[in-house]
Amino acid sequence: MQEFLQLVVSGIATGAIFASLALALVLIYNAMGLVNFAQGEMAMFAAFIAYTLINHGMSFWIAFPVTMVLAFGGGILIQRIVIKPVERAPVLTLVIITLGLATLVNGFAGFIWGYVPRYFGSPFSSDSIDLGGVFLNERDLGVIGVSGLVLLAVYLLLQHTTVGLTLRAAAHHPEASRLLGVHVSWMLALGWGLASAVGAVSGMMVAPILLLEPNMMQTIIIYAFAAAVLGGIESPLGAVVGGLVVGVVINLAGAYIPNAGDLQLAFGLGIIILVLILKPNGLFGRAATRRV
Amino acid sequence: MVTRVYRPSHGTVVVDGQPVQTIRAHNVIRHGLARTFQNVALFRSMTVLENVLVGDHVATRSGWLQASVPLPGAVAAESASRKRALEMIDFVGLRMHADRPVAALPFGVQKRVELARALVSRPRLLLLDEPAGGISHEEVDAMASLLRRVHIELGVTMLLVEHHMAFVMGISDRVVVLDFGKKIAEGTPAQVQKNPAVIEAYLGAA
Repeated sequence: MQEFLQLVVSGIATGAIFASLALALVLIYNAMGLVNFAQGEMAMFAAFIAYTLINHGMSFWIAFPVTMVLAFGGGILIQRIVIKPVERAPVLTLVIITLGLATLVNGFAGFIWGYVPRYFGSPFSSDSIDLGGVFLNERDLGVIGVSGLVLLAVYLLLQHTTVGLTLRAAAHHPEASRLLGVHVSWMLALGWGLASAVGAVSGMMVAPILLLEPNMMQTIIIYAFAAAVLGGIESPLGAVVGGLVVGVVINLAGAYIPNAGDLQLAFGLGIIILVLILKPNGLFGRAATRRV
Repeated sequence: MVTRVYRPSHGTVVVDGQPVQTIRAHNVIRHGLARTFQNVALFRSMTVLENVLVGDHVATRSGWLQASVPLPGAVAAESASRKRALEMIDFVGLRMHADRPVAALPFGVQKRVELARALVSRPRLLLLDEPAGGISHEEVDAMASLLRRVHIELGVTMLLVEHHMAFVMGISDRVVVLDFGKKIAEGTPAQVQKNPAVIEAYLGAA
C-alpha cells in the first residue's frame, strides 16, 4: 500500500508535467482548431533558454519567470509571423506548418546547443519526507506545487478576468466576437503566447528529470496528446485531469506490469486510441452539435 | 454589410453620416451598431451572464493588462460591468437563467440572450436577423412586445429582416418590401398592406 501511494504521488508529479503541456495544446486547439505539433519543441527550446540563463549565474527561481515571459513573447511572435498569414488556409496546410515549425525549432536548438544531453540541476532537494511510512520525494512535491500554481493562474485568468472571457469568446466564435468589438486576431496571438508560456513550464520541470537535449520532449508530447484527448481536446480542465490520469496510469503500469518499462510509450498511444474509439469527445468534451 | 461581415459589390452603406466601409469590423460596435443572428451566434459553452459580459467588454474599455491583473480599478470596472449585464438580463426577463450555460436553453430563450448581449453595449442601431424565426407563437408575441420596450425604454432604433407578417406589421414604423432582391414597396405598415405588388407577392390576392 505504501509503495502504491508513493507511485501515485510520483505519477501525479509526472502527470503535472503532462498536464502543463496538454493545457498548452488545448489552448492552441481552441485558438485555431488544431493542435500545435511544435508545442513540445517550443517547450524544449524554453528549457534551453532557462538553462542558458542559469549558466550565466541566474538563480532558477528568477530564470523560471523570465523564461515564461520570453516564451510568452515568442509564442505571440510565432503566431504573428508564421501562423497569421495562413490562418484561413486548409487544415492540412496548418498541420504541415506546425510540423515544419517543430523540425525548425528542433534543428535550431541542435544548432545552438548541440545534441549532447546536458545536466539540468533540479531546483528541489532530493530528500524524502516521511509521511507515516509513505516516503514522498521532495522533487515530486516541488513539481506538483509549481505546476499546480501555474495551472491555477491560467484557470483564474481564463475564467475570472475580462481578458480570459474575450479570449474564450474569440476562440469559440470569432465572427460574433468581432461584431462585439473583440480584437479576435490579437486574442488568438495571446492564446499562443499563453500556451507557449505554460508549455515552457513543462519543459523546465522535465529537463532535470530527463537530461536536456533537443529531442527531450518527443516522448512527453505523446503523453500530452494522450492527456488532451482523454480530457476532451477543447477542455482546459480536461487537459489537466487527463494529464494527471495518464501520469498515474503509466507510472503504476511501469511498476506493476512486468517488463512494461519498454511499453510505456505504447500505453500513451493506447490511451489515445481507446479514447477516440470509446469516447471521442473525452471526459470533459462537449459533443459536437450543429443546428441545421 | 452594415456590420462589415460582407463587402458590397457596389454602392455604399452610410450610418450616421459615416460610410461603414471605413470602419474596421471590431470597431463597428463602438460606432453604436450591434446585431443578432437568425440562427443565434452565442458562445454555447458559456453561461448567459458570460455571454452578455462579452457584449459589455467594449464598454468596460480597460486595456488587456488591466483586465487580466486584478487591480482595484479593474475590479471596480468588472463589477460595474457585471451589474450592467445583469440589468440587461433582467430586461429581457432571464434573471433566473443567468448562470446557466447557453447550450442547455431552448432556442427562443437563446434568442433573448443574444438580444441582451447586443443591447448591453447600448447601441443606437440594432440589426435583427429574423427575430421571430424558428420560435413558437407565444414566443413571437413576447419577442414583439420585448422589441417594443427596447425601442421605447432604451431608445434603440432597430432594422430587422423578417417574413412573419403579423410580427412585422405589428412593430414596424416603416416597412420596405423586397421581392427577389428588388424593392417593391416602402411605407407604413398600413400603406404597404394596400400595395398591390405586395399583395401579389406576399399577402396573397383575395
